[in-house]
Amino acid sequence: MVVFEKPKALADVQLHYCPGCTHGIVHRLVAEVIDELGIEGRTIGIAPVGCSVMAYNYFNCDMIEAAHGRAPAVATGVKRSDPENNIVFTYQGDGDLASIGMAETVHAAARNENITIIFINNAIYGMTGGQMAPTSLPGQVTQTSPYGRDTDHCGFPIRVCEMLSTLEGPEYLERVTVNNVKAVKNAKKAIKKAFQNQLDGKGFSLVEVVSTCPTNWGMTPKKALEWIDEKMLPYYPLGVYKDRSAAKEEASK
Amino acid sequence: MNTTSMLIAGFGGQGILFTGKFLAYKGLVEDKEVSWLPSYGPEMRGGTASCSVITSDTPVGSPIVSSPDILIAMNLPSLDKYEDSVVPGGKIFVDSTLIDRKVKRTDVDVYYIPATQLASDNDMPTLANMIIAGKVLAVTDGFSDESVNAALKKVISAKRADMLETNLRAMTIGAEN
Amino acid sequence: MSDKVLMKGNEAIAEAAIIAGCRHYFGYPITPQTEVAAYMAKKMPKIGGTFLQAESEIAAINMVYGVSSTGKRVMTSSSSPGISLKGEGISYLAGADLPALLINVQRGGPGLGGIQPSQSDYFQATKGTAHGDFHMIVLAPCSVQEMADLTVKGFDLADKYRMTTMILADGTMGQMMEPVSLDYEIAPPVEKPWATTGTKMERKHNIVNSLSLVPEELEKLNFERYERYKKIEETECMYEEYMMEDAEICVTAFGIAARVSKNAINEARKQGIKVGLIRPITLWPFPKAPYKAAAEKVKEVISVELNMGQMIEDVKLATECKVPVTLCNRAGGMIPSPEQVLEAIKKAAKGGTK
Repeated sequence: MVVFEKPKALADVQLHYCPGCTHGIVHRLVAEVIDELGIEGRTIGIAPVGCSVMAYNYFNCDMIEAAHGRAPAVATGVKRSDPENNIVFTYQGDGDLASIGMAETVHAAARNENITIIFINNAIYGMTGGQMAPTSLPGQVTQTSPYGRDTDHCGFPIRVCEMLSTLEGPEYLERVTVNNVKAVKNAKKAIKKAFQNQLDGKGFSLVEVVSTCPTNWGMTPKKALEWIDEKMLPYYPLGVYKDRSAAKEEASK
Repeated sequence: MNTTSMLIAGFGGQGILFTGKFLAYKGLVEDKEVSWLPSYGPEMRGGTASCSVITSDTPVGSPIVSSPDILIAMNLPSLDKYEDSVVPGGKIFVDSTLIDRKVKRTDVDVYYIPATQLASDNDMPTLANMIIAGKVLAVTDGFSDESVNAALKKVISAKRADMLETNLRAMTIGAEN
Repeated sequence: MSDKVLMKGNEAIAEAAIIAGCRHYFGYPITPQTEVAAYMAKKMPKIGGTFLQAESEIAAINMVYGVSSTGKRVMTSSSSPGISLKGEGISYLAGADLPALLINVQRGGPGLGGIQPSQSDYFQATKGTAHGDFHMIVLAPCSVQEMADLTVKGFDLADKYRMTTMILADGTMGQMMEPVSLDYEIAPPVEKPWATTGTKMERKHNIVNSLSLVPEELEKLNFERYERYKKIEETECMYEEYMMEDAEICVTAFGIAARVSKNAINEARKQGIKVGLIRPITLWPFPKAPYKAAAEKVKEVISVELNMGQMIEDVKLATECKVPVTLCNRAGGMIPSPEQVLEAIKKAAKGGTK
């Protein structure tokens, strides 16, 4: 009896991510959901610019590489080219989604574009070597905030789920993490819901995954997982920030 | 080779572009080559509007009319701006209700039509432009109901077919003035 | 002539695109091309197509990238400042070898500039749209009929060569109305086995991508792309010659400048000056042959442009500096008058600048 195998939607190649990085976990969760929903043949994924830039090599579904920050716009085009059949997801980091691509993110949400966004928030630019991100914490030391993020000088980190929840548009916004087994299970549930919503035609669904970057945080993988609980989650509380269908159901009870 | 270049100018809202469109379509239904070029941009919103129309037996070169054979001036700034550009021997049509001065040029034919007054007297306040257009046709091509009707049908949308009759009446008033 | 209708150039582009099978349009408002978007907004919902006003030109070109990835015909339109913003996406389209149709109804620049007609994006369109080694096919219409014809042609070329085609028009071309006939035989769609349409679990996954981190591989891609460009230069050049048979002076111009020049040439001919016109229709590839031939027989070439002298550089290269090439221009939204061009012709006829 097979008790553990690679999801079919995940390509049989070696990932390039650093040891202890949580990208691998999230890739796997996305692939498991694609398998379970049986949608690999109609799924088109959009990779960002950032550490997950080469995600297009890691999924067995059709993949598109987008310009930095533009994945939601590219996804809009792909979705609208065949809205009945195409299942479209973007996989984006914090610099991509919440800095250079903020306009594309907000407007896709405002349009309730029927797409799924997996948003990896690890509070740093990983691929370029650890610069301050739009989600870096106050006081966080990075290559471009060597004395710690000074909020007087460069402002405060952005809470994406909270911000998007003020919009009428989006269907579903949830923040999860993957730093322990229970959290991983919960993250998968959220990701599955975000894809199911698209299948049901409900609209814009974004799952923010609070993640680690041991390399650029300068920590061991274990310490990085602990740092999520200690530092990240107090600023980025987990939970559902918007679930329109659930709210409607609740109201009609 | 017969080419007529026309410049129609006035305030935005006087139907300047519509008049030009009508004259262009009239050329088209008469199997002529035509072009229509509007002024565009912020000047349209309440300011001056103008458009160039060329009808010709041969393909139209530049669609820009800088020396018109025919100038229709629907307000004073337009007459001030374009009077000198009319070719010698050309024709200037003036809405004399809104323009209280005479044309200074002596080498052109000038027609004064109290178009805005006539429009208001005849309960068609928005059609001063077509009253002048009627005069233009009467003086130049001769006024033929057939091609005028055909051109009007092209520029007036089916939804507003009731306006066809009124436009024709306005043009007749202009032609007979 | 009953089949001809009067249409604005911008509308003719939109209708021709629909006839050519384009069902997806993305854009952001900017003068003087807004009629394209307005037309699409009206028509697309009625024919099962998509019109979407994007949040920016950057988003619009990336939506184009998305649809093009799935193999469908798609377009966007803008005017000069908006094209600068689209530059990033255009480079990515080139890097991923995706077909698309782009419209630039030019206005005067640089910066916010003005909104009146201009040809000052010639360099941008033909040489430096964005980062990286690449070209677009650039088509320059000079009538409303050509706005439509080149739109249909532009889609075909884009699909055939997997690259972007730009229609480089200007404010007059977009705004003017002329009679058009929209009677086209549309070629059957090109097979696009590379498109990301979902694997249907029947093939290996397709990847649309412009990233290539191994320089040897990226170099190879560039060389292959330029092989394709070479073929286009050899086979797809388009131009019009007017009264060039016996010409001793050659005027050259594209778009509205060519129409103004024709007026001047007709007048000069009346005065006994033997002058003709070369009008490039493809600006890239630039049609070198007629210039090379002209350089053997004319005594001067006059480049008439609505800019500070951009196409003139290609004219000089094409004539191999065998004859003087002079500039007759206006800029910033101004258009040369036929009189100005006539003066330049007369000056050249007298021996002028030689």
